[in-house]
Amino acid sequence: MTTETTAVRYAGIDIGSRTIKLVVVDASGKILERFQSDTGFDPMTTANALIAKVSFDKIMATGYGRNLFELSFDAPTVTEIKAHARGAWTEFPDARTVLDIGGQDSKAIALFDTGKVKKFEMNDRCAAGTGKFLEIMAATLGFELADFGAQALAAEKDLLISSMCTVFAESEVTSLIAKGEDRKEIARGLHTSVIRRAAGMINRVSSNGPIVFTGGVAKNPCMKELLYRKLDRDIMIPSDPQLAGAFGAALLSAEQEKTGS
Amino acid sequence: MTTDYTPMWQELGLDLAGHDALLNVLGTAYTDIYLSQKNRPEGMGYFDFVMSEVHGLRIKELMDEKAAGRKIIGSYCVFVPEEIVLAANATLVGLCSGADFAMEKVEQLLPRNTCSLIKSSFGFKIGKVCPYLESADMIVGENTCDGKKKAYETLGAMVNNLYVMDLPQTKTDQTKDLLKAEYMKFKAAVENLTGVAVTSESLKSAINVVNAKRAAIHRLSSLRKADPAPISGLDALLANQVFFYDNPARFTESVNKICDELETRIQEKTGAFPADTPRILVSGCPQAVPNWKLHMITETAGAVIVGEESCVGERGTRNLTADTGTTVEEMMDAIVDRYFQVDCAIFTPNSQRLDHIQEMAAAYNAQGVIHYGLQFCQPYLMESIPVEKALEEKNIPCLRVETDYGMEDAGQLKTRVEAFIEQLR
Repeated sequence: MTTETTAVRYAGIDIGSRTIKLVVVDASGKILERFQSDTGFDPMTTANALIAKVSFDKIMATGYGRNLFELSFDAPTVTEIKAHARGAWTEFPDARTVLDIGGQDSKAIALFDTGKVKKFEMNDRCAAGTGKFLEIMAATLGFELADFGAQALAAEKDLLISSMCTVFAESEVTSLIAKGEDRKEIARGLHTSVIRRAAGMINRVSSNGPIVFTGGVAKNPCMKELLYRKLDRDIMIPSDPQLAGAFGAALLSAEQEKTGS
Repeated sequence: MTTDYTPMWQELGLDLAGHDALLNVLGTAYTDIYLSQKNRPEGMGYFDFVMSEVHGLRIKELMDEKAAGRKIIGSYCVFVPEEIVLAANATLVGLCSGADFAMEKVEQLLPRNTCSLIKSSFGFKIGKVCPYLESADMIVGENTCDGKKKAYETLGAMVNNLYVMDLPQTKTDQTKDLLKAEYMKFKAAVENLTGVAVTSESLKSAINVVNAKRAAIHRLSSLRKADPAPISGLDALLANQVFFYDNPARFTESVNKICDELETRIQEKTGAFPADTPRILVSGCPQAVPNWKLHMITETAGAVIVGEESCVGERGTRNLTADTGTTVEEMMDAIVDRYFQVDCAIFTPNSQRLDHIQEMAAAYNAQGVIHYGLQFCQPYLMESIPVEKALEEKNIPCLRVETDYGMEDAGQLKTRVEAFIEQLR
């Protein structure tokens, strides 16, 4: 952790279940560097390798691995809820609602004008309706994950998938395949079921205004489109939605330095 | 533990291997959760001792009482009037229902989607690991929620001493009469068990004993209003839990002793946590020993719990029983009046509970409320939504938690609680 440049550099690391993201900003909040890596089975080794690539003065950790990171690096932590809220709000200051769908959790966050968290909802226990769910379903249907959303969006109709549980949904999908249904339409049905759940969470925290959509799942074009159709609210996606948490943590690290709290 | 209680446990018919395993888990959990806390009041040493002897010395005391001809009555609910039990020369103890045990066997008798508390009470029975239950001469069930009501039908076939008390679910003059009739019936049943008639003297003295216990808890609660909080939520919760097990007079004395110490701490501005630590009120389902999950997660995430709107907490202890009566009849009426005010979620409507939560949040200077719902506990989970709404209208943030006794959701729960605390800062 050496300082080579004169300007102070603040890092945020988001240790997620699927990927680890690292962002470095300057005191003004401008992104200087960004990195991303698969979490793998040993998150601290991956985190170590990532932070070895960059120089920074302060670091703040978020994501499910934050407490492990705190122990190893004696760094302050922030929950992914506050980190995503801050990252999303900084890029879209007019936003009062954030939807984050990551690898194994999803959350809807309502914000005050100041960007502070007003209320949030988060899925508990299982990975229903998250990135992991979509990943498994894409594999079951033989789609590349990167192409899954585009294929689903191209479907002519939606097949009803009633189960949100990954295990049950997988058997539901298997039986639809066995019936000879179009796999694009099955894919579309799966996307619709995830959106139904996400919309429910959003409605519990806020009822109007644009929504910033973050997390890896925001890269899926079908999710964005279906969310817009379902809620009739503008959906805004950050330039790199997966980095929103790490970006937010980096900004909060800079802020903490300023306020000294 | 210095004394070997094995012969006593054996005599009670406990499953020794299972019981050892339970005590091991309990001991480890207590060390990890309680003894690791910093800045504890010295008086908590009493509760550390009580917990280390919870299945030992306290049971020995109960067995000695039994040998001297006193009866032991076990209960699962704050609607069972301790005044009546004491007045008829019996001892009331809360029965174990705060930890998962023998779950596979429990799920052969109860549906999976039954709340942890009910399942736990069955687990302790099936596993033969609750010495309170095994030493009880009478077990009192009560028709509160549907889950408990129906579970007692099954429990009745598993024990030979279950007494089920009916309870009203609305609050009118007629239902108050029903409660009175049930309490009169209960009095007769206890008298029949002990062979001792309740007299105006014995009932008056019992009312005073139980009131003193409640008053000590009131004093403890009101000291939690200070900032910095002089005692952790975990420690105060433990006092509220031990309320159900301990010898009443000794409990009262020990809690008052802690209160003396807390008053000094407040003067010296010594807290269990630093001043300005975010303050949280917990409201909802009861947390029976050793269910310390939410308090542990919350207080290790950087907040302090300053009150429990719960049966194991202020809902259970809020009101005193008027001691102005001179006849048994008058005092029974006072007891009915007192218990009829308990704002359990089995009542409909139950708006007093909403008022009490808001009053408590203000009185204890709580910045936020965590609504604690046990999964599948329909009455409290239903109420959690209007509770959240009422609090938000007053700009008091509320986090609704729905969980069980398992630890598989601890990571998610911790993240949610931490994010809630960030929200309060």
